[in-house]
Amino acid sequence: MLDVRGIKKVYEGKGRTVEAVRDLTFTVDQGELVCIVGPSGSGKTTLLKIMSGLLAPTAGEVLIGGKRVDGPPPGMAVVFQEYGRSLFPWMTVRQNVELPLKQKKLTAARRQELIEESLAAVGLAEAHSAYPWQLSGGMQQRVAIARAVAYEPQVLLMDEPFAAVDAQTRADLEDLIRDIWHRFQVTTLFVTHDIDEAVYLGQRVLILSSSPTVVREDLAVDLPDARDQLTTRSSPRFAELRAQVYAQIHRPKEPAAPEVPSGATR
Amino acid sequence: MTSVLRRIGFALGLPIVLLAAWWFASAGSTNFFFPPLSEILDSLVEEWFGPRLAADVLPSILRLAAGYAVAAVGSVALGVLIGTSRAVRGFLEPVLEFFRAIPPPVLVPIFMLVFGIGDGMKVIVIAFGCMWPILLNTVEGVRAVDSVLSDTARTYGITGSTRLRKLVLPSASPQIFAGLRQGLSVAIILMVISELFAASNGLGFAVVQAQRSFAIAETWAGMLMLGLLGVLLATLFRIVENRRLAWYHGLRRAQRSS
Repeated sequence: MLDVRGIKKVYEGKGRTVEAVRDLTFTVDQGELVCIVGPSGSGKTTLLKIMSGLLAPTAGEVLIGGKRVDGPPPGMAVVFQEYGRSLFPWMTVRQNVELPLKQKKLTAARRQELIEESLAAVGLAEAHSAYPWQLSGGMQQRVAIARAVAYEPQVLLMDEPFAAVDAQTRADLEDLIRDIWHRFQVTTLFVTHDIDEAVYLGQRVLILSSSPTVVREDLAVDLPDARDQLTTRSSPRFAELRAQVYAQIHRPKEPAAPEVPSGATR
Repeated sequence: MTSVLRRIGFALGLPIVLLAAWWFASAGSTNFFFPPLSEILDSLVEEWFGPRLAADVLPSILRLAAGYAVAAVGSVALGVLIGTSRAVRGFLEPVLEFFRAIPPPVLVPIFMLVFGIGDGMKVIVIAFGCMWPILLNTVEGVRAVDSVLSDTARTYGITGSTRLRKLVLPSASPQIFAGLRQGLSVAIILMVISELFAASNGLGFAVVQAQRSFAIAETWAGMLMLGLLGVLLATLFRIVENRRLAWYHGLRRAQRSS
């Protein structure tokens, strides 16, 4: 479904080039829920921007359903970390969810249906006519998730969506993501710097190195499908997996491969 | 209800005191240049709200409306263009800086040569003078569109005219309204100034005419009329702004209280 092949991104600055992403290759199958975890500054956001077509890679390509991404692809929805800056404050919750659907030229009846369904799925069936700034942070992020789900994307990208909400809300929202993924069967790629979150949510965890980024490990999460904040997180297997991810992230970096130009590391 | 009445009372308090002070101070005035307020108010009602309303006030308001509308539409359109394109900005900015630096009243004699002495000239003077605050604020507003919001719109395929209508203009609207408000006061000033030269009707014309024919009470009353007109327009403007920017004021309140 999502094919990332040899992605490399070098930022050219004045007298200084920064190699943010060195070489990333992985695939996400139809209907999978994959977490990407990496230390801060590991080029996660760069990778996400490249996958969503907002940024062109220096080398490599991204394919969605076999089609090369060169601009925001129609079948993709992105949930950003900064919920407060990603919802349109001059529109009500309902209008926010509806705008992309209008852009897709769906009929009014179909739009209505999708809005109701998605807002109910995130637990905001009562908030249609509220403005985003009247809601709490967690609720605002729910609106952003509802908007993404209503769009019926082939691929749903989430960029550290819960980094800015409190712990309790975060746990609720994590369960919401699992729930939505089950319900709508949408291929989901979830970027986070939180190891526990990645293991708890994902079927697979892609562990990234620090910048210049490569894939350290592609780890299958063999926890049972029904997950629960209490029992899953206290299970021995969860602890093992999280230790494994932790070890990979904190493993010292091997020296750079000789063909990489010097001055590229940061 | 009582709080509304209190607020109205509070707002009207000082004007009433000032008018009362003026009334009593000027009551027995025999000074030709400072007639009693009672005379001025008589003139205001009889002349300005009488025959002059249609003969002078209305033409002024129509020219003001036309000039302001031209400036608002043109400046917002141009501002969006300049704000979105770095090339256009670099190309136009020096010239715009120059034109902006010219005090608009000085253009009246020149515009009279080019556009004649009719309504067209006056409308152009008003439009030219009040476009700058609108234009500059629009440019700033358009340039300040949030990058995350802009990325969000892009990922949902919102581009072109939809992007303009749903993202750029609403996002810039607080600044656009700030520009429009400044522009309105400039427009009123230029409305009067443009009527001081080669005019045959209008508020500015009538006030000068009254002064030159020593109709002193009517001159004073004309000043009051202009003040009232300014207050009325500012109030209308605030009503429209409060409706259009309700989301913005709510957002600001929410940000302040968090």
